[in-house]
Amino acid sequence: MPIVSTQHMDVAAGSLPTHQLLNVDGKRIPDEELDHHLKDLKEADLADFLRDMVVLRRMDNEATALQRQGQLGLWAPLLGQEAAQIGSVRATNDDDFIFPSYREHGVAWARGVQAEDLLSVWRGARASGWDPNEVNIACQQIVIGSQALHAAGYGMGIKFDGGEQVSVAYFGDGATSQGDVNEAMVFAASYQAPVLFFCQNNQWAISEPVALQSRTNIADRAHGFGLKTWRVDGNDILAVYAATKAALAHARHGLGPTFIEAVTYRMGSHTTADDPTRYRKSEQLEEWKAKDPIDRLVKYLHEMGADVQSYEQRAQNAADEMAAKLRAAITTMEDPKVEELFTNVYAEPHEPTERAAKNYLDYLADFEGGE
Amino acid sequence: MATTMLKALNKSLHDALSEDDKVILLGEDIGTLGGVFRVTDGLKAEFGEHRVVDTPLAESGIVGTAIGLAYRGYRPVVEIQFDGFTYPAFDQLVSQLAKLHYRSRGRVKMPVTVRIPYGGGIGSPEHHSESPEAYFAHTAGLRVFAPSSVEDAYAMLRQAITCDDPVIFFEPKRRYHEKSDAELGNVQPDASPKAKVIRSGTDVTVVGYGPTTYTLIDAAMAAEDEGTSLEVIDLRSLDPLDIDTVAQSVQHTGKLVVVHEASRTSGLGAEICAEITERCFDYLEHAPLRVTGFDVPYPPSRLESHHLPDLDRVMHAVDTVMRHHEASKGAAQ
Repeated sequence: MPIVSTQHMDVAAGSLPTHQLLNVDGKRIPDEELDHHLKDLKEADLADFLRDMVVLRRMDNEATALQRQGQLGLWAPLLGQEAAQIGSVRATNDDDFIFPSYREHGVAWARGVQAEDLLSVWRGARASGWDPNEVNIACQQIVIGSQALHAAGYGMGIKFDGGEQVSVAYFGDGATSQGDVNEAMVFAASYQAPVLFFCQNNQWAISEPVALQSRTNIADRAHGFGLKTWRVDGNDILAVYAATKAALAHARHGLGPTFIEAVTYRMGSHTTADDPTRYRKSEQLEEWKAKDPIDRLVKYLHEMGADVQSYEQRAQNAADEMAAKLRAAITTMEDPKVEELFTNVYAEPHEPTERAAKNYLDYLADFEGGE
Repeated sequence: MATTMLKALNKSLHDALSEDDKVILLGEDIGTLGGVFRVTDGLKAEFGEHRVVDTPLAESGIVGTAIGLAYRGYRPVVEIQFDGFTYPAFDQLVSQLAKLHYRSRGRVKMPVTVRIPYGGGIGSPEHHSESPEAYFAHTAGLRVFAPSSVEDAYAMLRQAITCDDPVIFFEPKRRYHEKSDAELGNVQPDASPKAKVIRSGTDVTVVGYGPTTYTLIDAAMAAEDEGTSLEVIDLRSLDPLDIDTVAQSVQHTGKLVVVHEASRTSGLGAEICAEITERCFDYLEHAPLRVTGFDVPYPPSRLESHHLPDLDRVMHAVDTVMRHHEASKGAAQ
């Protein structure tokens, strides 16, 4: 029996269509099901999308550079996934609660998290870059897929207390193999909870191609759990935005959980510690570069006859401003105080932790006093 | 009127549900059936299916969704049906529930109580008799409670539910039918219960928790007949450990025996013996001893009487520390 190379597995075509509202040339393709979710989008909104994606790509580049310069311990690039993140998060209401993985920098940034606060975690200076209650985004999750259950639970809570919000779980194609993601879909479906499972299928889980996770379209599997599901071109910001709007409306109408598979591509490495040349061919990267989400929106704006140059200039200015502020903040960011090591392990008094803190601080003080 | 531990736990959940509408119960078979042990009997009928929630059969799912509910402001109390089914939820317990307060820099509280009927001695098949408490006592961010008496079952469960930290709550299932005339109430305002001297003595300090506490009382009575006085301490909280109470006792007895059903290596007994050796070295007249389950998988039930620390094994340890004591007294004379 021949050995099957997992690098060349195919994914079966699946039964759900892949919605594309902007083709790679930026031409608008009518979509009977999703078009009406775009009716409130103005040209100014598209210009904002462009600015968001340009700033985000710049932040990603800056972060990679800062890691190379020793300012960050690690960075997980999102290069290529800008439309999937901005298109989805801009479709949410501010009080829809989001449960992200570790790559959703764009989602957090779009909700108002400052780039330097985001990167402080990757520098190792803080355990979390934001206050979850302030931006309605849970702490970033590194264990693959664990956050999907938290989103399901939060959605059950919305259902039980009669809230109007939607709970949103972000995860990747690799996470769909995890028990927690599958359990989350079971729970959300059982209680018909208002939960959106948003999967960015970026084709790669470090070195493993999506076919190793799923031999059929991921969207088809979600559909099997009884979730209303859409498969969209994840590099098409209009398709992502419209499908997310559709999913959120579905949940708000009390119709239960939904799933979106946004088909995109991780153009960079898994993290700055990864070397993709060991497992994938450069042709694939070239193929996806032609589908770039930012280029595509620019082409569409040209098609519309918009003043693209001024929008691009504005986006560039915002990116420059963010980058300068980010670099200054990160390169001067102080290490946390040693007391923080012991702070917030427990919410209520915990004598052994307090004793350990006191003993260690006394020990350090002995050195300072004993010169 | 006498009440059982099962009824006390049921009343504790009932009172918590009545007092705070953010308290929500989740677990397998806890609703319509009332739980396989009937701890939640009647609660769904009284509080409704959105307060007492039958869940799909997925332990990671139960704990993971409880975390999501806590993010939403709920105060979930989940039931893991049996000790040996805790492990599918391990990531959610030790990497999520335990760490979210720290990870969020204190912004997100996780007031989740995880009830686990635990321990052996009921003739069950595999996975129904385990004592996994050491895993959770080892994990920073979790509190671990293990009541032994009917009164404590009520009060400590109330305490666990009120606590803003996650609490792993171990219920000694072979004592579920234990009866007491004591009045239920007396809930302490502290985040964790303190250890309790449940029988005073002068010769040997014997420390246990949960189901072994009863064996220690039996041992104290047997030892008394032989002229040896045991001081029995019920730990009640396994994290944080109230070592002060144990140390005070050892300072006057000079001898320590720690007893638990869980396996010996890296168990709670090892921790207590190490702490006491560090704090009470000059008071000790004999090395602290442990009487525990063996370092074997929980055995088929026809062998469990050998595995579980019984009166004879506890008395053997007590005799060992006492004989040495008598011998050294003789040598000095």
